[in-house]
Amino acid sequence: MNKDEKPLLQVVGLTTYFFSFRGERIVKAVDNVSFAVRKGERLVIIGESGCGKSTVALSLLRVLPPSAKIVAGEILFEGEDLLKKTPKEMARIRGKQLSMILQDTMLSLDPVFSIGNQIGETLERHTNLRGEALRGRIKQLLLDVRIPDPERRLKQFPHQMSGGMRQRIVGAIALSCEPKLLIADEATTNLDVTIQLQYLNLLKEIQKKTGVTLLFITHNLGIVAELCENVIVMYAGKIVERSPVMEIFDDPGHPYTKALLQAAFGLQDLSKRKPIPGEPPNLANLPPGCSFHPRCPYGKERCRQEEPIEISLNPTRSVKCWYPVTIGSQNIPMPKIEDAGNFKNLMG
Amino acid sequence: MTSKGEVNYLLQTRGLKVYFPLKAGIIRDRVIGWIKALDDVDITLRRSQVVGLVGESGSGKTTLGKALLLLEKATGGEILYEGKNVYAFNKEEIKAYRRNVKTVFQDPFASLSPRFRIKEIIGEPLEVGAGMNKKEVEERAAEVLGMVGLDPGLMKVFPHELSGGQRQRVAIARAISTNSKVIILDEPTSALDVSVRLQIVHLLMELQNRLQLSYLLIGHDLAMVAYMSTDIAVMYLGKIVEFAETKELLRNTVHPYTQALISAALPDHPRDKKERTILAEEIASPLNIPPGCRFHPRCIQRKATCAEREPLLAPVGENHLVACHLDGQKAASSSI
Repeated sequence: MNKDEKPLLQVVGLTTYFFSFRGERIVKAVDNVSFAVRKGERLVIIGESGCGKSTVALSLLRVLPPSAKIVAGEILFEGEDLLKKTPKEMARIRGKQLSMILQDTMLSLDPVFSIGNQIGETLERHTNLRGEALRGRIKQLLLDVRIPDPERRLKQFPHQMSGGMRQRIVGAIALSCEPKLLIADEATTNLDVTIQLQYLNLLKEIQKKTGVTLLFITHNLGIVAELCENVIVMYAGKIVERSPVMEIFDDPGHPYTKALLQAAFGLQDLSKRKPIPGEPPNLANLPPGCSFHPRCPYGKERCRQEEPIEISLNPTRSVKCWYPVTIGSQNIPMPKIEDAGNFKNLMG
Repeated sequence: MTSKGEVNYLLQTRGLKVYFPLKAGIIRDRVIGWIKALDDVDITLRRSQVVGLVGESGSGKTTLGKALLLLEKATGGEILYEGKNVYAFNKEEIKAYRRNVKTVFQDPFASLSPRFRIKEIIGEPLEVGAGMNKKEVEERAAEVLGMVGLDPGLMKVFPHELSGGQRQRVAIARAISTNSKVIILDEPTSALDVSVRLQIVHLLMELQNRLQLSYLLIGHDLAMVAYMSTDIAVMYLGKIVEFAETKELLRNTVHPYTQALISAALPDHPRDKKERTILAEEIASPLNIPPGCRFHPRCIQRKATCAEREPLLAPVGENHLVACHLDGQKAASSSI
């Protein structure tokens, strides 16, 4: 990664809250989240349900439901703040520069319109392609996502295709206008294992061919291990760890990451798996101090009272914890609140 | 109950077939085809055994679970409980069967009625099936809630007040409340958070050990199924293609589909990324089952006979059955 190059996407202090009807309850879905994505990178945000990762994705595209509001932060895409764009400007960016694929294809695809129509819709909106040229491009896209016999598929409807095919159609729509950044939110969760593998390989190939930057959002550590270069771990609306993929698997820094790795399934070392006690917290009612402390095996007094600040373990890794659990972390002096915000180098 | 030398199976299917008719026509429903969801399946379950059932969409594993719960009627074949034909049961015997064979579904949000309190949810099978009175129900509910690690005080709450993991525990409590012997677990942890999954798995294993339960564990996550099961059956398009003890299945995988499933599992660690053969083609639809071996269009090792004749399950080792033409040891498929 070229450190001097400006990142494609720079998120600074993003804070998104959900408000109940009369505003008396606030769910802090995303709390002061900052990260950067470099061009051509494969970054993953990993976390369980309720950690805020999907809300981050929806915030980036500014497609949040009415009960949610981005209350603070900047989303710098190629240097420009998306939060300052008008709805018209955002509509031109969404689908063309920034694209997203979601988990449930039956929600992403309209059941009453043909496949050709749905892929064509995005192209019509963002390009000047029409008529034969448009059809040609649609057919090429279908071939690009490895759907054979595209002429026939154009006229078919979503319900006539399998889950794996639909996911590829959704991918085709998302890639149709050659976006610079593709966000995949749990894109393979509903797919069969063998189909999931086909799909992940397809995304890798597409990235090689078009240079699109990929931001994955998932809870599946296997996808992280298979596909991603850099990892961001979220818990209770906050980023708790960032690291390149090898290091985080070899030597996790945050107790939550460590516990997650130990609780996840894989065919190796089945007997060494340990569950995490308790449940993910209620975002409307977070515990004081560190949000993870009720479930943390290493928690101490400070964790119960003060929310940890993010500290740098080395130039490429950081963790939001008073007592990081990496092997080398004994050498890191305990940070004081006054030191908060002193690790700007990780933000590109 | 059984003849000399035969093993006492608690639950068993013989040649079980479940076909769904595909109808067309506006005025008169013509049957134009069959969806062969389950096609001649033999499965056995002993007391205290955990048999895992792995397969992808269209494999028939969920249909098998439903058939065993009497939620789908078989088109052919039989289900034997303690050696007796379930389809010949009278009302009382069916009631007893339903007390003994329970299920835990995948979605803890959908499987608990939102309008009932936990006490009523757990109490319903006790009142209806076991004829308990109010006091007995309350005592038993408190007891099973404790057994699944929940505070008995939660009897008074509604499902929406509980988390996913807690709801699944309630579903498990409901399944053991009638002193059942067999539990059909249909993807019991797929809808739960990763950090909670292992908790539920440990709970299920602990209960299995304590109460000597038999589980039929249906799942698509081979790792999780392997963790919990003593034996595993791999299904593809309505048939069992391989069956073996878990360790044997993982160590000596024979069927190309099983090999593909294991190979398709994502790595545990980025350094374990490997070169894989990615299966060509989509999984075929049960509407349009390929001739010969159902898996042959996706099989990289296929030969000519694979498209002509359907292989039968035959032994390849100690307690290891495979349905494939390729293994030289099997004579069954070529002798027909």
